[in-house]
Amino acid sequence: MSREAMEMPPKGGFSFDLCKRNDMLVKKGLKEPSFLKTGTTIVGLIFKDGVILGADTRATEGPIVADKNCEKIHYMAPNIYCCGAGTAADTEAVTDMVSSQLKLHRYHTGRESRVVTALSLLKSHLFSYQGYVSAALVLGGVDVTGPHLHTIYPHGSTDTLPFATMGSGSLAAMAVFESKYREGLTRDEGVKLVSEAICSGIFNDLGSGSNVDICVITKGAKEYLRNHMLPNPRTYISEKGYSFSKKTEVLRTKITPLREMVEVIEGGDAMEE
Amino acid sequence: MSIFEYNGCALVAMVGKNCFAIASDRRLGVQLQTIATDFQKIYKIHEKLFIGLSGLATDAQTLYQRLVFRHKLYELREERDMKPETFASLVSALLYEKRFGPYFCQPVIAGLGDEDKPFICTMDSIGAKELAKDFVVAGTASESLYGACESMFKPDMEPEELFETISQALLSSVDRDCLSGWGGHVYVVTPTEVTERILKGRMD
Repeated sequence: MSREAMEMPPKGGFSFDLCKRNDMLVKKGLKEPSFLKTGTTIVGLIFKDGVILGADTRATEGPIVADKNCEKIHYMAPNIYCCGAGTAADTEAVTDMVSSQLKLHRYHTGRESRVVTALSLLKSHLFSYQGYVSAALVLGGVDVTGPHLHTIYPHGSTDTLPFATMGSGSLAAMAVFESKYREGLTRDEGVKLVSEAICSGIFNDLGSGSNVDICVITKGAKEYLRNHMLPNPRTYISEKGYSFSKKTEVLRTKITPLREMVEVIEGGDAMEE
Repeated sequence: MSIFEYNGCALVAMVGKNCFAIASDRRLGVQLQTIATDFQKIYKIHEKLFIGLSGLATDAQTLYQRLVFRHKLYELREERDMKPETFASLVSALLYEKRFGPYFCQPVIAGLGDEDKPFICTMDSIGAKELAKDFVVAGTASESLYGACESMFKPDMEPEELFETISQALLSSVDRDCLSGWGGHVYVVTPTEVTERILKGRMD
């Protein structure tokens, strides 16, 4: 291996050493690969006591559903959660990175994180990559200054809103919000409205599907309702399943028993000098 | 043609009752010409952790060498094997580092974690992890594999039944893909033993 490969973990950030080779392959006529996207419907709204975030759970790779039950509501801080749409690797990496930065900041300041801190960290990272880090986020949380809800676009612009939707199913969800949202909703009304908006995305948008995830954040408490609604159960399973009476033809079999881990207990005789 | 279709591959991993199985095809090709029919795509990281790498074969081998390097260092420092969840995060980080000039590889990771609980996951070429509780697929035959596994999979299968199911799913899917096939290579791992089997398939 070359000298650069022997260096122990690089200090973080992106490494561009394969770019030249990849460009050469593309010029030769090979198509670039497609990445895992989260087609998605993600929403957030502010209710009487805090913020409710909602997301669907489908991850697509081109036209194929790669994951029927993925998690799109990412943890940022105990009082801040973020929904992500766009390229799955980018949303996961950017939310993980800012989450660790927030934790270090909490240790440094000794205070609960504020939503605007997360917002500034995210927008400056996304802007510096000029939209190439394709992550569209809905950030929500409750801190000492009250409940906050923001949307962040891949190029780094942000909006602060009482209710927000992002992703390919955003128009379907926004239609529900625009007709039924009002200020001062109770928790149950808010959860019901968010579920309706996500369901609207699930049933009308092809890039969103499967189940509804909800996260309710209030002052001092949060409730992560994973798979709050399962409107698409699998009903066509045959109870017998498949059974293969004719065995698969095997050319060679090799069985390796796994070693038993033996505990060595110290405390034998001390060495005589 | 896509870069992923240059060499051809089919990979699948399934979870059973306290065990897992990971299977691959055996073809190595250069577009439509077959170069080898015994190419290894599933590598052992440690006794209870396997990684299958699909996509461009040269990137798969390079990535495997880097992972072995990092795992050996980890073993020296921590004096124990890496847990599958940790290993998945390591692979994801290595792939995301090359976000704008990626390795053309899709890994499938399968291992037994704490208390021998089976763990499987797959990623796209830039490290987006996809954890699943039933099965994961990758490679040129992935679309057929999705279909075959959706219908053939049952939860909590014993190792023998799991082997039959994963083999049938693999062989039937690669029969519908020109770029993969020429037999199968299946590992079934339980807490006490690892069974490696070579399957007989259509050689076309």
